[in-house]
Amino acid sequence: MSKGPLLASVLGGATVALVVIGTMWPVPSAVAYAGGGRLLSSTSTPEEAVTKLGDEIRTQSWEKAYASLANKAEFTEPEFVHDLTGYYPSLLTYTTLDKFEVRPLHSSADNAEIELKLYWATVVGDSVSTRDLHVVRNGDHWESAWPIVKEPTVPPQVIAVNYLRWDVIYRGPGDDWGAQDVEAPHLRIVDMHPLERADGVVILGELLNEDVVPAYVSVTATLVSKNQLPIATEGSFDKISHLLLPKQVTPFLIKFPGVSLSDVGSVRMTPLSALIAASADPVIEIGNEELHPAPGASLTGQLINQSGQIVNVAHVLGTFYDKSGQVVWVADQYVNQALLPQIPVPFEIHVPEDLARNISTQRTVVATYSFGGSQ
Amino acid sequence: MKAGFTWLLSGLALAVMQPAIAQGGNMSLPKTVEAGNAFSVQCSGNGKAALYLIGPEQVLRRDVQLGHATFFPAGSVYNAGHYLVVLIGDSSTESGSFDVIPARKPTDLSFLARPSRLPVGLHDGITGAVYVYDAYQNLITAPMQVSFELSNPSGAVQKRLVATRDGAAWTVMDSTAQQGTDKFVARIGEISSTRVVAQVPGDPCGLKMSAKQSGQGIELVTDPVRDCNGNAVPDGTIVTFTEAFSGGQSTVDVPLKRGIAQVQLADHNGATISVASGVVMGNQIRWKE
Repeated sequence: MSKGPLLASVLGGATVALVVIGTMWPVPSAVAYAGGGRLLSSTSTPEEAVTKLGDEIRTQSWEKAYASLANKAEFTEPEFVHDLTGYYPSLLTYTTLDKFEVRPLHSSADNAEIELKLYWATVVGDSVSTRDLHVVRNGDHWESAWPIVKEPTVPPQVIAVNYLRWDVIYRGPGDDWGAQDVEAPHLRIVDMHPLERADGVVILGELLNEDVVPAYVSVTATLVSKNQLPIATEGSFDKISHLLLPKQVTPFLIKFPGVSLSDVGSVRMTPLSALIAASADPVIEIGNEELHPAPGASLTGQLINQSGQIVNVAHVLGTFYDKSGQVVWVADQYVNQALLPQIPVPFEIHVPEDLARNISTQRTVVATYSFGGSQ
Repeated sequence: MKAGFTWLLSGLALAVMQPAIAQGGNMSLPKTVEAGNAFSVQCSGNGKAALYLIGPEQVLRRDVQLGHATFFPAGSVYNAGHYLVVLIGDSSTESGSFDVIPARKPTDLSFLARPSRLPVGLHDGITGAVYVYDAYQNLITAPMQVSFELSNPSGAVQKRLVATRDGAAWTVMDSTAQQGTDKFVARIGEISSTRVVAQVPGDPCGLKMSAKQSGQGIELVTDPVRDCNGNAVPDGTIVTFTEAFSGGQSTVDVPLKRGIAQVQLADHNGATISVASGVVMGNQIRWKE
């Protein structure tokens, strides 16, 4: 007699039993990751206290997180939530905490300093923010003091803005077929060259709107082999400022992963432009830009919104040049807090260590997005 | 097998007979007819027949009395091209053909002018192409003289006279040194078509700024920004101010407003301030050292 049916019955029964056990008595981590409870309930050490706080932020248990803080008398729960997710709509408004890291910096019998590194999952990728928490012993457990950063407020006022705005009317269905449509903006690639990196080929360059109207721009590149066959076609995606006002220049970077420069015979560039309704407002000043050499090579600075409109998302693009003025790298960063009028907001763009020593100068541009606005 | 052989023989006989009837027919057809004009077809013989005219996008049928002329009034046949005429009587079929040619008088021009916007002072920057049509939208292939005229608001006019070839004529024009909305007209006799070409200022030329102390900062203002032909560069054009100081730099992209760009930057002693627009560099200022 075959033993197959018996084995199937045993395996089926075991599976059902395990499902029942897992449902009735789940492991704490599974409950926590399902958003149903705590991963760590103990706060008997500083690390455990901060880890518990991190779990509560991740599961958006704001009430529990706020209640566990040692310094909650200094601010309200909404202020605590706004400190994490932004006071004004920004990149963090529609995000969740993906993960966090806890790193002890210093500890004594009653006090400790712990670094909490928060990895937010945003629509444009990870956004990392770091907070240094002071943790204090309170009886048999530890409590975190949240280093609240209260958003500066802008005094109520009326700011007159009279920058130019462009609208576009295209040809209509009743027009004679020979009648011209409005001309697409004229673009010019003012610099372009390929660069070999460890993970493939990168095309770097700059694009100029040489027209008198705003342009929506993007650029694609096709690598062509030495025997004139196309290898791959890629676009700049978000490594470009898509809105260019007249005579504005944007850098672009196009990645070709897994391609070796020695296989490339030529590069075919295809810039694309379209008319777009746009406003010359807001004007963003990029102040106190500083190039920091390796290790930890970066460009830091601050954005100052010189207009009256609140900018919800700012995308900073840095173009880095060598001594001869050739583009050696393009890097970017999304700023995860809203830009209020005249309130400086810092940014930091990281530069690959091996390229940092070749960088002599840089130029920074900012692309801005306002919810419900024109850009 | 036998039936198949019979069909084959019949087909061969018809194929031989049909051209013979066509060539030896008694239809009197015009060789050419101008689109929209009246004409008649004379068919000899007795009795009644059906006359078919088959042409581009048009098929006409008339019941005719053989021996009499069949009259087609003006506007009956209007699409230019080759027409097949078939007369089907009780006992025979005849066929012939004639051509309908476009009317001689142009009534419509399709005028393509490109681009609709270009910088001033561009040699051969504007192209114009004209297609000439009759009242029935047939392309008139007979040569005709087309006059192209590009005039700008200052009164400057460029003229070209071009003969059409196969129904089309084209020309190139220079954009003038002065910005404005030009009228580009193509004309044949009394028929004309007008397009608008915007001539816009070119790159800024001689970009110059000045700096003065303003409270805690430096106020930077450009002179009115113009291109190399003296046209005012339009508002909204981006001017980039860069202030390089010890250990750092500040940059701001400012759109022109009322012809000038203006911004306030932080005061850094010894800073070098530069101005640019697109790929055009302006002057540099060394701030009070």
